[in-house]
Amino acid sequence: MNILDMTAASLGAAIKKKEVTVMDAVRAVLEQIEETESTYHCYVTVDKEGAFRQAQEVQSKIDAGELTGPLAGVPVAIKDNMCTKGLLTTCSSKILGNFVPTYDSEAVRNLQKAGAVIIGKTNMDEFAMGSTTETSAFGVTKNPWNPNHVPGGSSGGSAAAVAAKECFYALGSDTGGSIRQPASFCGVVGLKPTYGTVSRYGLIAYASSLDQIGPLCKDVTDCATIMEVIASHDPKDSTSVKREDTDFTSALTDDVKGLKIGIPKDYFGEGLDPEVKDAVLKAAEVLKEKGAIVEEFDLSLAEYAIPAYYTIAAAEASSNLERFDGIKYGYRTEQYHGLHNMYKKSRSEGFGAEVKRRIMLGSFVLSSGYYDAYYLKALRVKALIKKAFDKAFAKYDVILGPVAPTTAPKLGESLSDPLKMYLGDIYTISVNLAGLPGMSVPCGVDSKGLPIGLQLIGDCFKEKNIIRAAYAYEQARGAFVRKEEN
Amino acid sequence: MANIISDETIEYVGILAKLELSAKEREEAKKDMGRMLDYIDKLGELDTEGVEPMSHIFPVQNVFREDVVTNGDTRDEILKNAPKEKDGMFVVPKTFD
Repeated sequence: MNILDMTAASLGAAIKKKEVTVMDAVRAVLEQIEETESTYHCYVTVDKEGAFRQAQEVQSKIDAGELTGPLAGVPVAIKDNMCTKGLLTTCSSKILGNFVPTYDSEAVRNLQKAGAVIIGKTNMDEFAMGSTTETSAFGVTKNPWNPNHVPGGSSGGSAAAVAAKECFYALGSDTGGSIRQPASFCGVVGLKPTYGTVSRYGLIAYASSLDQIGPLCKDVTDCATIMEVIASHDPKDSTSVKREDTDFTSALTDDVKGLKIGIPKDYFGEGLDPEVKDAVLKAAEVLKEKGAIVEEFDLSLAEYAIPAYYTIAAAEASSNLERFDGIKYGYRTEQYHGLHNMYKKSRSEGFGAEVKRRIMLGSFVLSSGYYDAYYLKALRVKALIKKAFDKAFAKYDVILGPVAPTTAPKLGESLSDPLKMYLGDIYTISVNLAGLPGMSVPCGVDSKGLPIGLQLIGDCFKEKNIIRAAYAYEQARGAFVRKEEN
Repeated sequence: MANIISDETIEYVGILAKLELSAKEREEAKKDMGRMLDYIDKLGELDTEGVEPMSHIFPVQNVFREDVVTNGDTRDEILKNAPKEKDGMFVVPKTFD
């Protein structure tokens, strides 16, 4: 078997059995990058030297019996908003264009402790604000299924790198769908864990109450395996939750008998592409045939999630991004007169249009006189949305629906109308507001040849329910592979 | 469009956001923000009387840890990221006369 066709878990097993060396795996991935990166542009930084160095270190630890985990020696790509010590971390923004962190984010440290080899940093929408990876200051990433289309976003580089076999798995971050939507558009598996499951320490903040790190990978087994490595309680993140139930691979049982699955009718209304609808409902049928109890229900409030989200996310972003002031790190304008002019000019030249748009909106909704009407109102709606999900999960183990209303749009079609682009987040965003785990699993290909994603949503801390459903579905579906070009 | 953003409002928001917009950006920002607020106004359809604003989904109170230094001295590495530094310090523009 070609090394590049292996999943992360099967490569890890092959390395353990000495059928493949870590160096073989790293070379295979770097050769693939050499060949296809000029087409897809998944990475902001490829760390060739570092990868070779890590490969040697990890191999000797495996040989010495110090590293025995399932991912030891497997090359991984990291979204460029997670700090990596000594390795450029840009958030795909000009303002951090030269930023070299002095410490590792906790999720990256957990991977390193498990013997991961970091290949590089993946492209993203600037500061994770966007749904297409087109707002990056360092160029556009293309969808490996069809390079005329976007890979989705904001973790588009991570999703595309997995789909293009330029890594074996990747980390992304999800604030409003930024793992699940690109996973869907690129035909890979992606999971946003329950808020607080993966430490946000070293993740450059967008909207802190919604941000969560998670895996993008080739199959559900990889997803559960990676989750066991990156989930941890971290005292450095005050919102980190101490969990005892992180044995996610125990849910890989291919048994959904009696699992109660609810299909929210509100997720299948106007705006949903008929091909996406069909593929998702067919997947529900598969789970039903395997013994799950599937029924429709009214979730309610779906249409209020987007306005609530953009208010809260913009407010938090305006506060979080105040730190970029041209003093301690990052970009400083060439010419200025006085301190305040330096701040303003550095920020205006350093941030892109979408980031400025959200900072402005956030500053407005938090400003005196508007705070109650906009920001507090949105937080009240968030409470109602959470309550609606609580009610649903009193009845169901899993909520099933589409990830996005359409498959991947063409390059250049989305940014001209921001509001329309925001509407594409309608099925993913409420999951972040309610802190729930949500997963994207490929469930079909449309007539344009682009992949369709199935979304499985669980109650807080119930990742295992969605992993169980996803795994059972995947077993019935069989391999999901991209046809190579030519 | 129900929400008309005035020049004064954009000026004020620019001060809060510490952003300097060109004339063209300013006009676009007025239009964008107006449209977004029209959309956000949809939240007004919901009766939220008596609903507590939810900032966190879990009832997290203050989280404390011992105030112990765990990292080493990384001053030199940190300063390498500074746009301007001198004698182990960040250089900033004159802040007062």
